[in-house]
Amino acid sequence: MRRSMLFLPGNNPNMLINAAVLGADAVIFDLEDAVSPAEKDAARILVRNTMRYMDLSGCERIVRINSVDTAFWQKDLLAILPEKPDLILLPKTGSAEDVLLAERFMDEAEESLGLEKGAVGLMPLIETALGVENAFAIASATPRVKALFLGAEDLTADLQCKRTKESREIEYARTRLVVAARAAGVDVYDTPFTDVNDDEGIELDALTAKGLGFTGKASISPRHVEVINRVFTPTLEEIDYAYEVMDAIEEAKRQGKGAIALYGKMIDAPIVARAERTIAMAKALGLERRA
Amino acid sequence: MNVIKRASSGTMESSDVYVEIEPAQSGLEILLESVVKKQFGEEIERTVREVLSEEGVESASVRVVDRGALECVIRARVETAVRRGRGEA
Repeated sequence: MRRSMLFLPGNNPNMLINAAVLGADAVIFDLEDAVSPAEKDAARILVRNTMRYMDLSGCERIVRINSVDTAFWQKDLLAILPEKPDLILLPKTGSAEDVLLAERFMDEAEESLGLEKGAVGLMPLIETALGVENAFAIASATPRVKALFLGAEDLTADLQCKRTKESREIEYARTRLVVAARAAGVDVYDTPFTDVNDDEGIELDALTAKGLGFTGKASISPRHVEVINRVFTPTLEEIDYAYEVMDAIEEAKRQGKGAIALYGKMIDAPIVARAERTIAMAKALGLERRA
Repeated sequence: MNVIKRASSGTMESSDVYVEIEPAQSGLEILLESVVKKQFGEEIERTVREVLSEEGVESASVRVVDRGALECVIRARVETAVRRGRGEA
């Protein structure tokens, strides 16, 4: 379960060593934009060691490698794959071919390093107009793809528009990614909110993302993690209602009824599916139904 | 394999360590500066020697300026400096 994903610059020990205590469900060790070309080698080794020696106590470990059009991405994968990251974030993914190129190299690397084949998933970072247009093909390119990730800063530069807090300029990309990811049966994560001092703004932005169907949201600041976790956690009312839905379904079965209403609303398959997801998430978070 | 040129890695920032390595005639010479040298000096030097040994460096002059780095950070910075000193970076 990932509600929040926190980016940590890959060459900054001060941030990396605190990865476990910042409250995020997942951390993204960044070898790409946060690291200058002259320090790529140093960051790769530092992130590898952080993953090898530090216990992140349940926090998922994701690594953003460099994009497949650079001289760095293969070295990144060779250093990182033996540490068994939960996911590889693949930046600037524009097409299914980009994903397949990365996958082929991962297959070979796993083979030569004696690692379990296919164990590490991919999360393509969609941050170009081409990537948005190819979103479904990317999401369904291979079973290694576990989620899509929207990157709005690069995307708006590519779209030649201004990035604003209102985010109208990324509405299409957001909905397109959610539809593509859900159609492919994978998760989908929203772009970070970049004003670290705007507490109201991050909450509204996270609520918008949740409302559109995103699984969770990334952050570039530890300050935003708590808000994102709260927004993407089911409320106690939602959890209670989910259990009531399941109770009602059980009752209908006992009575031999095909359909049943709860609070005047017909309970059908999509409502049951949503209730099941809510209960699964509540259980994962250790949240109980109220009496 | 020994280093063939002078190289450095890391920074002087908190929780990091700055490592400078250069070729030497024979043996390892390690010069350590650390705010926690009294408590952890021996441990830091042992870590530095361990990495140098793993990397097959038998002779070099190494200057280590520690800013309270964890062992995994020290290991990373020494390895990076060695690789850079070999021209591998």
